[in-house]
Amino acid sequence: MDSTPFSVHAIRELFPALGQKVYGKSLIYFDNGATSQKPQIVLDTLAQYYALENANIHRGVHYLSQQATSAYEAARRTIQQYIKAKAPEEVIFTKGTTDSINLVAYSFGERLKPGDEILISAMEHHSNIVPWQLLCERKGCVLRVIPISKKGEIDIAAFEQMLNERTKLLAITHISNTLGTINPVKELIAKAHAAGAKVLLDGAQSIQHLSIDVQDLNCDFYTFSGHKVFGPTGIGILYGKEALLETMPPYQGGGDMISKVTFERSTYNALPLKFEAGTPHIAGAIGLGSAISFLQSLDMKAAAAHELELTQYAQGILDTFEGLHIIGEAKNKTSVVSFTIDHMHPFDIGTLLDKQGIAVRTGHHCTQPLMDFFQIPGTVRASFAFYNTKEEIDTFVAALERSMQILGA
Amino acid sequence: MSIQEKQQEIIDEFSIYDDWMDKYEYIIELGKSVPSLAPELKTTERIIEGCQSNVWLATEVKDGKMQFSADSDAIITKGIIGLLIQVYNNESPADILQSELFFIKEIGLAEHLSPTRANGLLSMVKRMKNEALQSFTK
Repeated sequence: MDSTPFSVHAIRELFPALGQKVYGKSLIYFDNGATSQKPQIVLDTLAQYYALENANIHRGVHYLSQQATSAYEAARRTIQQYIKAKAPEEVIFTKGTTDSINLVAYSFGERLKPGDEILISAMEHHSNIVPWQLLCERKGCVLRVIPISKKGEIDIAAFEQMLNERTKLLAITHISNTLGTINPVKELIAKAHAAGAKVLLDGAQSIQHLSIDVQDLNCDFYTFSGHKVFGPTGIGILYGKEALLETMPPYQGGGDMISKVTFERSTYNALPLKFEAGTPHIAGAIGLGSAISFLQSLDMKAAAAHELELTQYAQGILDTFEGLHIIGEAKNKTSVVSFTIDHMHPFDIGTLLDKQGIAVRTGHHCTQPLMDFFQIPGTVRASFAFYNTKEEIDTFVAALERSMQILGA
Repeated sequence: MSIQEKQQEIIDEFSIYDDWMDKYEYIIELGKSVPSLAPELKTTERIIEGCQSNVWLATEVKDGKMQFSADSDAIITKGIIGLLIQVYNNESPADILQSELFFIKEIGLAEHLSPTRANGLLSMVKRMKNEALQSFTK
């Protein structure tokens, strides 16, 4: 059935949540864009940490503290290697993508001056809009929005025209959470750099689908959340180029981030701890390391091909439905199929799918300006992970047909 | 019929459905039968914005009894609104304020009134009670 040696059925066995029933039906989990399910190995790692290894890190002389510190720093190196960062100092543990972006907005943003420009795109998640709006309010900077086409692709020509000597940062999503568009980020990064701007990539939707090589992409910052990449909630990553991070002031003050404190002044710790004030989410970091190791054990190329196949399969079927409109028809897209249906509210469709055991997301997906652009209140979004199957899509399609019958009758 | 009795009547009606989809089919039919609010009544003062769906609530007091009419852009939400209106309409403000709303939970729709559901219904029930309270001061 699967043309590649990648065995989706074997992988499913590793995710306990996928085997359960809801409302008496086998759960079909198509809300991976919101969060992914966790493999048993991540759950075991968390339990093992709290059961036997729990201690505070970077400060204890005792055995457990040293164990916990090594595990925490080993997780950092695992992530560093996975995203191909040059050094572990470039990998900062945060609470998640939102926290990572806010860190950059506050710390990198400190140096910005009135009139400096920040570019984002029209398809950004609120997390990659609001921190920049707050920065603009603080610093008198200007937020400019790169337009997109009705297909959901960046208008490159418009982007080129918007670049100028005042452009200090391009903050853009790698993959759109609402449309599934894979943005041509390498090209955008090169062009932004040529204009003297730095680039932040919102990787919340790309880390779990694509192989990420931050050096090859040459982005200045890359952000992602642990929970969307099969790891725990409350943990995420900010990757930043070391030389750039060195020049940035601390974001939060507290323990761990200092070198020496007196009442007159304090000096700060070296990277990466400069940006990790307070006791971090140790279990989360170790759990995320475990999730990334799990990915390393898979054939991620085959996994990505499987996800693309699922996306095209679902989109191909839905395209034939009368009155159904796919939102996001970029040539290069993956893992997300967002749609609206004439005269049917996404909330109603989502509620009826839920009662048939199918988890999708409905609403504006935290991209209200994008909904305004398409002049719709929201969409129904099915978002896939490598553990989903074509059979699940068939069941979803049948359930959608039934929902449409009930709503349309 | 008292608010209590009206709620019991709805619970009895729903007791014949043991399948979720049948239950929702009934709610959707109900939603379609609830008259829509006239566009001029769908004002910003009457809107209750939810994250998922919006609700509009219009209130009148006639001979000391509350008269609610409401609408939603989502048909399931509108169906549940229809049930709430059945229960509260033609009741005195005092009776509404003293009543306990138990039928929603009994028929298995409690999730629609949870704060996380964000469909505007919880806020609508609060506003219905608030309008009943306001009617004393008018």
